Amino acid sequence: MTDWVRDLSFTARGALTTLGATTLFLLDLVSRIPRVFVRRFGLVVAQIYNAGALSLTIVMVSGFFVGMVLGLQGFDSLSRFDAEESLGAVAALSLFKELGPVITALLFAGRAGTAIASEIGLMRATDQLVAMEMMAVDPVNRVIVPRFLGGIIAMPLLVAIFNGIGITGTYLVGVSVMGVDSGVFWSQLHANVDFADVVEGIVKSLVFGGVASLLAVYEGYTCIPSAEGVGRATTRTVVSTAVSVLILDYLITSALI
Amino acid sequence: MLEADSEILVDIRGLSFSRGDRKIFDGLDMEIRRGEVAAIMGPSGTGKTTLLRLITGQLVPDEGTVTLNGLVVKDQPRDKLFEMRREIGMLFQQGALLTDFDVYENVAFPLREHTNLSERLLRRVVLTKLHAVGLRGAARLYPSELSGGMARRVALARAIVMDPELLIYDEPFSGLDPISLGVVLRLIRQINDALGTTSIIVSHDVKETATVADRSFLISDGKVVASGSPQQLRVDRSEFVRQFILGLADGPVPFHYPAPDYREQLLSREES
Repeated sequence: MTDWVRDLSFTARGALTTLGATTLFLLDLVSRIPRVFVRRFGLVVAQIYNAGALSLTIVMVSGFFVGMVLGLQGFDSLSRFDAEESLGAVAALSLFKELGPVITALLFAGRAGTAIASEIGLMRATDQLVAMEMMAVDPVNRVIVPRFLGGIIAMPLLVAIFNGIGITGTYLVGVSVMGVDSGVFWSQLHANVDFADVVEGIVKSLVFGGVASLLAVYEGYTCIPSAEGVGRATTRTVVSTAVSVLILDYLITSALI
Repeated sequence: MLEADSEILVDIRGLSFSRGDRKIFDGLDMEIRRGEVAAIMGPSGTGKTTLLRLITGQLVPDEGTVTLNGLVVKDQPRDKLFEMRREIGMLFQQGALLTDFDVYENVAFPLREHTNLSERLLRRVVLTKLHAVGLRGAARLYPSELSGGMARRVALARAIVMDPELLIYDEPFSGLDPISLGVVLRLIRQINDALGTTSIIVSHDVKETATVADRSFLISDGKVVASGSPQQLRVDRSEFVRQFILGLADGPVPFHYPAPDYREQLLSREES
C-alpha cells in the first residue's frame, strides 16, 4: 500500500515537473517570437512550408475520406428522421467545429510533429546544437522558434484544406451517390453555419497547432542525446500531443458552447 | 586579472567542478600561452571534455575561475559570452556538421550568421578555407557523403573560417585511419603557425599528440599531475605519468573496477 502511494506521488511529481518545464519553455519561446519574426522571417517561412508540405498529402487524403464517411453516416442517420436535406449543414458543422481541427492536429503530430522532434533530437545527439552555441549562434532562435512558429501558422491552413476537401467528399457521396439535392445541400450549409462556428474552428486550430508544435520542439530539444532517446522523444510527441489535443478540445468546446 | 595582451591566453585558477556527488575537478590550475599548441591529456573519464566546456562557458565552475583573453568567463553575460565565442573555433569529436547543409554552406554558416559579406567575398573566404584543408572539390557534398576524416577536415575549415584567436580540438584523432590522422596532425600544426592562433587539443592519444603539441598537461583526480613538453613527460619518473605515457594496463589507475572480493563473490550463492 505504501509503495503504491509512493509510486503515485512520484508519477504525479514527475508529471507536474514536466508540465512546469514545458510551461517555462513555452514562455521562453513566446518571449523570443518578435525578435525571430523580424530577424529570421525567412526561416519561419521555410518552416511553414516544411510543416505544411510535410502534412499536406496525408491531410488531403484523410479529409476526403472523412468527408465521404460523414456523407454516408450522416445520410443514414438523418434519413431516420427524414432530415437528409440537412446533410450539408451537419457535415460542415462537424468538420469546422470538431473533426477538422482535431483530426488535422493528430495527423500533424504523426507527420510533421515526429519529423520536427526527431530532427531536433538528432541535432542534439550529433552535437549540432552545441556546435551552434560554440559558433555564437543561439540554437533556440535559429532552430526551435522558427519550427514552433511554422507549426502554429501552418495548422490553420491545413485545417482549412482538410475542411474544404472534407466538404467536397461529403458532397460527392451525399449528392452524387445518395441523391441529396445539390441546391439544398449548399443552402442548408449556408443557412446553418454561423461565423461563430468558423471562429471556433480557427481558435481550436491555432491552439492545437501551438500545442502540437510546442510538444514536438520540446521533446526534441530535451531528449536524451542517443538513438533510443530520439526514438522515445518521437513517440512521446505523438502520444502527448494526442492526449493534450483531446483534453483541450473538451475544455475549449465547453468554454465556447 | 589578466590583461588582454598578456602572454597567457587561457588562465585557469583553482577550478573545482562536480557532477552530483562526483568531484571532477578539485582546485585545477593551468595556463595556456598565446601561440602554443597545448595538449590536455588523461585517461577516459577524467573530465577533459568537461574542461573544454568550462573554458568556453558552456558550464559554470563551482569554484575558481577561467580567464580567457583577460575576461573571467563565468562573469560574462550571455551576449558577451557569445561575442567571446566568435574568437573561438571548436572542432568537435565527430565534426558536428549541420546535416541539412552541404560542405560549402557548413563552412559559410558562421560568416552568414555574423558578417554581412557579399556573396562573392564569402565564396572566396569559404573556398580558401576549404582549399586549406584540401576539400575545395568536395564543396557540394553533404555530410552524409563524407568519410570520418573528411568530416573532421570540413569541421576544421568551419572552425577557422572566422580566423579565431583560440582553436579547440576535442579528440581530433579518434577513429581516423593513418592517412587522415597524418593529414589532421599536419593541419593542426600548420593552421596554428600560419594563422598565429593558440590551440588546445584534448586527447588520450599520447603518440599523436606528442608530435604536434608544444606542451602537454596530464590530468588525473581533478588536478594537473604533470605538465611540460612531450619530451619532458616521456622521461618523467612518476608512476602515473609512466603508466599513461607507456600505456601500462595496471598501475595507479587500476585494471580492475572496484569490486567485492573475487573469491568471496564466486563462492557466494547470491546473484550479484
